[in-house]
Amino acid sequence: MVQTMIEAEGLTKRYGDTQALAGIDLSVPAGTILGVLGPNGAGKSTAVRILTTLARPTSGWAKVAGHDVVAQAGEVRRRIGVTAQDATLDEALTGRQNLRMVAELAGLRRAQGATRATELLERFELTHAADRPVRGYSGGMRRRLDLAASLVARPPVLFLDEPTTGLDPTSRVRMWDVIRELVAQGTTLLLTTQYLDEADALADRIVVIDHGQIIANGTPSELKSAVGGTRLEVTLTDAHHGAVGALAPLVAGRVDVSADGRRLRAAVNAGAGVATAVIRALDAVGAVVDDVAVHPPSLDDVFFALTATGATAAATGQPSTDSADPTDSGGAADAGEPAAPLPRTPAMATGLPVATYPDKIKGAL
Amino acid sequence: MTQLAPALDAAPGLPARSGTFSRPFRDVAVLTRRNLIHIAREPLQLSDVLIQPVLFTLLFIYVLGSGVSLAGGSYKDFAVAGLVVLNLTTSVMGTAVGLTTDLNTGTIDRFRALPIWRAAVLVSRSVADILSAVLCTTMVLLTGLVIGWRPHTSVPEFIAGFAIPLLFSYALIWATACLGMVTEGPESAQGIGLVILFPLAIVSNAMVPTSGMPAFVRTIADWNPVSAVAAAMRQLFGNPNPSAAAHAWPMQHPIAAAILWSVAILAVTAPLAVHLYRRRTTD
Repeated sequence: MVQTMIEAEGLTKRYGDTQALAGIDLSVPAGTILGVLGPNGAGKSTAVRILTTLARPTSGWAKVAGHDVVAQAGEVRRRIGVTAQDATLDEALTGRQNLRMVAELAGLRRAQGATRATELLERFELTHAADRPVRGYSGGMRRRLDLAASLVARPPVLFLDEPTTGLDPTSRVRMWDVIRELVAQGTTLLLTTQYLDEADALADRIVVIDHGQIIANGTPSELKSAVGGTRLEVTLTDAHHGAVGALAPLVAGRVDVSADGRRLRAAVNAGAGVATAVIRALDAVGAVVDDVAVHPPSLDDVFFALTATGATAAATGQPSTDSADPTDSGGAADAGEPAAPLPRTPAMATGLPVATYPDKIKGAL
Repeated sequence: MTQLAPALDAAPGLPARSGTFSRPFRDVAVLTRRNLIHIAREPLQLSDVLIQPVLFTLLFIYVLGSGVSLAGGSYKDFAVAGLVVLNLTTSVMGTAVGLTTDLNTGTIDRFRALPIWRAAVLVSRSVADILSAVLCTTMVLLTGLVIGWRPHTSVPEFIAGFAIPLLFSYALIWATACLGMVTEGPESAQGIGLVILFPLAIVSNAMVPTSGMPAFVRTIADWNPVSAVAAAMRQLFGNPNPSAAAHAWPMQHPIAAAILWSVAILAVTAPLAVHLYRRRTTD
């Protein structure tokens, strides 16, 4: 059995003048989930199209289940399941007819295909709608049927391109359960998503793609620690002009201040007594503290830090307003801008310790 | 509980492929069934091969044909063969429309990520469409029989007269498949198809003898494959065939010409359609 089920090196893809992929390296061990995270248009779907033989790379190579995606496309197709972003079901056929068709095209015998279709319809709670045309299915039902169609031939490698986009929260959690079950049964899975919590909850490793390049690569916890250790959030009763100065000696890098001046966020080098030190420092300048929170960074912090377009502003080290906080009443300013980039911590400046592409990271930042 | 994935200890769930030889046939059969389900789901799609042939036959014979005088037989006896070719030629547009519709949905991506024969999508389309063409031909001939048209030859000749337009139709299906591959959407496929197929059907001996046409138009009409097919049918059915008097080679040998034209069109357009399909679906 192949140990590395998905492998790629130097994958690029050009569409006319657009560089959709600018050099991607991947390596996914058997039985694990790789989360591919990135904003719209980052190149996630292009990467999936190449890996699933639907597009040819401009340069570079990729192997899935040990077979080259260009030279041995047929072998790759026998070993993969794909759930694309757009539904690929036949609207005029019933759910059952769709599954049986895919089963037979995948090489199952007629009777096997019929049994498998019934099994999957039941497993994905579609039995009641099995013999109705897909045209009348809800979005969630289509997603489930699409995933079922990808699983018909029990492929060892599965590609899910934004599998939960547009699903309601309950359906999403159910989809997660299915994904976990698949991996527990030995499937290797590549999952693209725009949702950080999804990557956090499911993926063994995450690559962050932006502008066709991998800008970070690691386990969820490695990525979080790379962004700058621990996050500090302070809420003041009233804005205070001395607050930023008071925090400066305690934080690593810049302090983000909300528009109303009451909420301050920064990275800290977590040590014993950091919260006490923060409260004392603020008290010393006369700032009244409502709340202090010290917590590990979320993947959102990682994502914004890595993909923020206003990265140059961050280098000045000046306090900036933070318009990304939805609870922030004064957040109207710069609504069109992405969240203010997080401060460059020493860890960031030297490149992510876990990243395999430090030069690319520096370029992106 | 349903096992979704391959079990860890078992070999990866590779489906057993029953013989590589039968594989293209299976893929075509499965996809043809899909196309037939589409038709069954929306039977009005068949109006161009069920209702239109009857309508055209009655309109041409009783309205337009009333003004055509023909030496050596009635217009009705002359027109039925031409109506078969006319209806087949115009209804073949459905191929281009169906293919572009397919190409513009995600379903094609699903097929392409499956281990199927690359040409299966096109071949299955052509199979479904030739079945429609059989219906279309049958409807014209049945309508003809009802209003008094008769073949006057043996059963083998009648069968040959039935088969030749279908062979030609199959060639046209592949030609329009090429058209479907290069047009953006179903609407443009329909529009461009009409511009090509309508003159092809009309500038011929299908509905009127070519003898009255201006010399230049007459030359085109005598060499038009549609004329060869119509003349071949008239010869095989024992119906009036004024084109037999024309000097052009295809009119002197309509059966050979009809077959040669069809085979030539097929030999060029079938590989071209597969090539265009690959190009269109590879990015």
